[in-house]
Amino acid sequence: MPNHQLDPNKWITLYADYLFNYTIVRVKDRETAQDLVQETFFAGLKSMANFKGEASERTWLISILKRKIIDHYRKINSKKGQAEVRINYNSDAESEGDWLEERVADGYDKNAEDQIQNEELGLAIEDCLDKLPEKQAKIFKMKTILGYETETICNELNITASNLWVIIHRARTALSGCLEQNWY
Amino acid sequence: MSTKYKFFISCEEAKHICDKSQYGEASFWEKVKLNVRLSWCRITRGYSSNNNKLTKLVQKSKIDVIEEDKKAEMQRKLQEEMSKY
Repeated sequence: MPNHQLDPNKWITLYADYLFNYTIVRVKDRETAQDLVQETFFAGLKSMANFKGEASERTWLISILKRKIIDHYRKINSKKGQAEVRINYNSDAESEGDWLEERVADGYDKNAEDQIQNEELGLAIEDCLDKLPEKQAKIFKMKTILGYETETICNELNITASNLWVIIHRARTALSGCLEQNWY
Repeated sequence: MSTKYKFFISCEEAKHICDKSQYGEASFWEKVKLNVRLSWCRITRGYSSNNNKLTKLVQKSKIDVIEEDKKAEMQRKLQEEMSKY
């Protein structure tokens, strides 16, 4: 039974960071990731009529984002294709002959596995952050992820330092509990 | 205040110092007091262990967020776009 509704007014607050984390591990560039997230929201608006309400709002937006990321790679690949006239692995004459050895893939790519696990962890933390009250999540992100000074946050949000630490404490306790259930 | 009271802090205060130390904002003296508490209080130890674990997980995940001013700009653009529909 379709029961999910779309509310574009809340998209940025609720999903921008989640979509951004999903994107940044795939495109490795903040600016591009932010643009793709913004484009996803625009595309979402355009195709609101197609939303059947069967999936959650976030799942639906992620499916749009996936297409945007694929389009992004198609675009840069086609640009690359036009520019690449010659294929030169290494122009340095001294290292001639080493190319085969250097290009052999690592049989067990630990990095790739770690990256996947870190991405999943990042999204699990985002999921837990979503469950916090909006103000707690915002302050936790500013302090922990963006690394803002206590004073800066207090001035910006007009709260006292002790207020901030109470909020941080609540957020950390809730997050630990949530990750205990969903991650450890 | 006697030396004894200087060294012994409540569980709440210990948790507060533990939170601050996650961000490198606990003073040397506060850390000493926290360590004294950690040596005998199981609840503080449990909290501290979870707190440290959370800090490590957040660092390991390399989680990132969009800056607040950028979000405000995105919201403005979205509102503009919404007005077209």
